[in-house]
Amino acid sequence: MSAEMDRREFLEIGAGLLIGFAMPQFTGVRVEDAPYPTLYGPFPAMQIQPPDGKPYAYIQIAKDENVTLFFTRAEMGQGVMTSCSQILAEELDCDWKNVHVRFAPVNTNLYGYQGTVGSLSIRTMWSPLRKAGAAAREMLIEAAAQQWAVNRAQCRSENGFVIDSSSAKRASYGSLAEAATKLPVPANAPLKDAKDYRIVGKPLNRVDTRAKVMANAEFGMDMRLPGMLYAAVARCPVFGGKVASFNAAKAKAMPGVREILQIATGVAVLAEDSWTALQACRALDVKWDEGAGASLTTAGISEMFATRAKQEGAEARNDGDVRSAIAKAPKTVDATYEVPFLAHATMEPMNCTAHVRANSCDVWAPTQCMTDARDMTAAMLNLPPEKINFHVTYMGGGFGRRGNYELDFVGEAVEISKQVRNPVKVVWSREDDMQHDFYRPAAYAEFTGALDSNGWPLALHVGLACPAFPPGRPGGVSNTAVAGMRDLHYEIPNFRIDYHAADTTVPVAFWRAPGACQNTFFAESFLDEMAAAGRKDPVEVRRRLLANTPRLLGVLNLAAEKAGWGKPLAPGRFQGVALGSNVGSFNAQIAEVSLTNGKLRVHRVVCAFDCGQVINPLILRQQIAGGIAFGLAAALKGAITIDKGRVQQANFNTYDVLRIDEMPAVESYIVPSTETPGGAGEACVPAIAPAVTNAIFAATGKRIRKLPIKDTPLA
Amino acid sequence: MASIQFQLNGKPQTVEANPAMPLLWVLRDIVGLTGTKFGCGMALCGACTVHVNGIAVRSCTMQMANVAGKNVTTIEGLSIDASAPIQRAWIELDVPQCGYCQSGQMMSAAALLTKKPKPTDADVDQAMRGNICRCGTYDDIRRAIHRAAEIAARGRSAGGAQ
Repeated sequence: MSAEMDRREFLEIGAGLLIGFAMPQFTGVRVEDAPYPTLYGPFPAMQIQPPDGKPYAYIQIAKDENVTLFFTRAEMGQGVMTSCSQILAEELDCDWKNVHVRFAPVNTNLYGYQGTVGSLSIRTMWSPLRKAGAAAREMLIEAAAQQWAVNRAQCRSENGFVIDSSSAKRASYGSLAEAATKLPVPANAPLKDAKDYRIVGKPLNRVDTRAKVMANAEFGMDMRLPGMLYAAVARCPVFGGKVASFNAAKAKAMPGVREILQIATGVAVLAEDSWTALQACRALDVKWDEGAGASLTTAGISEMFATRAKQEGAEARNDGDVRSAIAKAPKTVDATYEVPFLAHATMEPMNCTAHVRANSCDVWAPTQCMTDARDMTAAMLNLPPEKINFHVTYMGGGFGRRGNYELDFVGEAVEISKQVRNPVKVVWSREDDMQHDFYRPAAYAEFTGALDSNGWPLALHVGLACPAFPPGRPGGVSNTAVAGMRDLHYEIPNFRIDYHAADTTVPVAFWRAPGACQNTFFAESFLDEMAAAGRKDPVEVRRRLLANTPRLLGVLNLAAEKAGWGKPLAPGRFQGVALGSNVGSFNAQIAEVSLTNGKLRVHRVVCAFDCGQVINPLILRQQIAGGIAFGLAAALKGAITIDKGRVQQANFNTYDVLRIDEMPAVESYIVPSTETPGGAGEACVPAIAPAVTNAIFAATGKRIRKLPIKDTPLA
Repeated sequence: MASIQFQLNGKPQTVEANPAMPLLWVLRDIVGLTGTKFGCGMALCGACTVHVNGIAVRSCTMQMANVAGKNVTTIEGLSIDASAPIQRAWIELDVPQCGYCQSGQMMSAAALLTKKPKPTDADVDQAMRGNICRCGTYDDIRRAIHRAAEIAARGRSAGGAQ
């Protein structure tokens, strides 16, 4: 990998050593990689090749000992600013107290692709940050050896100093930084052994906590610029519809309203403050051309799914001979499953601030995909990307909504500012946010399972109907839509998936653990049905089918042991198990529930988790509990329904989420490991729904085959 | 438009605003204090929680006409140096993930501790169930409230200011 470190560049941002290395691109991880059409023009694909092998991922070591990481991933709560800094500090062997992290301004030439999707921050930064830290450490040691005219071999690093072992001479990194910049970057600086880690793997406090507690952390929504106008947009309530005509007289007469104009997504009102803009927007009289989507209903979508799922689809997986195995099997099981659309409901509603000038543009956007948003802005304005000053902000949640082709909120701000040539912040109301999301797709699974004469699973067929996403790829298999089903680890000799790209006019996209968040519910529930039909214990069946998948088997056994699976529980308590395997990590969850007069309570969730090398166990535990809370909210209550082509939910009173009194006690058990780190942010979302519904089956014999759970009476 | 006077974080404040405008937007867009967050606009999520005369209220639905003459405390007024027990506990336990809802969480929690210096879990549930967190920090919030109660109690027994 020496090609990664053959060049070094310096930035005029202060004295000291600046060093950077090429970061691996997302190639091979994201599966949908062709350009796709969007409202704001053809959108560049995710992969951006490093231009002529330039080094990325800058770190700066200043004379005052401060070490700065120019952070190129997105911080939406998952704590990666902290864990990335830990990786760097470990190999650099500096004093953790001196480590700082800054959002890098968007600059592809300097930093490569900037953004985070798919729990990829640590997975893409682990190797380059280790190498960068190790190389910088080597250069500092070499600089000291030269300064002291001693053999390099007798010098070592220690917590921000280089020490000459023979004379006990010490020099700080800051004092050596300038000399170090003149040295060549070593191609293969030795990396630490995991057993010597003192920063990686430790539950260090988050670097962003204090700013967030003191409310100094700047979210996109908090942008304020001199002379800035606030905008709200009336968008067609029916997906795919557009403005036919509008009368702005009433809105325009409201004090504080400055301008009203039509844009690609609807009608925009500009005002002197957010509230006036939002109020005036409601006062607009817009006639919509609702288009072909106006008759769409949830029931109609369900029917379409059911029809499609019975047909032969695109082959997403085909092991053995499912048809003949099912035909010959002594026992078969059939069931159909369904999940609704889901909104992301990030706490910070969508927003974006833009200031378009004649030959440049500034954008402040809370987006997960900064490079994509910058390039889209450049394309919209017909400017080179270098003319776009793209400012990175904190995000009040992301969950995929702020991901790479869901950049409508950025496009609107740029389009409006371009028209008025004024700084503009577009603010979405909660209703706007909930009714104009890119939803987790509704999906439908029709299963047939076959058991052998001993009751063990022999064959599994699933007809899977789910809108394809990203959109614009008719036919074939949408890799994201089958994620969590196609990569099922259970060894069932005959296994076939027929996939149906059952598209509707409802915009769909990534939602924390895309694909897996519904397919894991389908697969883990139906596996429980097969276990019950074969009179087998759910954990026993999984153990048998995972005999050759040690990491998944490991978390299953760990969770079963810690939860006391199979042992007597407190009266009225019941357990259900489910496994999750996505983003390069593995987890097993055992949910413990009770039912009192039909009221479900999830008391406890035992989660065994294996993501390989842990960077920060405190942050990992946050992501485990947070993923479970996110998945549980959807399992219990989440549903976006459609009538007359419109979303029927609008705010948290009709789309409720998990509350503090519904949060189960989450016990997490992290598997010690030195395997390459997997992802954490999305890992624990998928398994909680089937763990809970499997527990409900244990309690009542009732099988929940349709989410959310609240729609099925449990009394 | 009207000229409206109130106390903001201990200091007199006058704003020119529509009396129907909610306090939230006056704080954010007119005064320029952006620590109080917009989440739902209907008092459903708690992100905009502030104290008005010591009581936790949702500023997104409180019209300015009703704020005139009152004492408003926002997250910026809790302390300037993170010394308030709630802030100390929140920092000690690294409660925030994305952090967007946390101003509202801390303001609800601070009001709870004023009313109940040693809250039970049931008290926490009742006081905090109107504050949504999508990152799932609930367990950390609960632990931090109990920890803040300890910090505050120690401060009182040491004769420190409340």
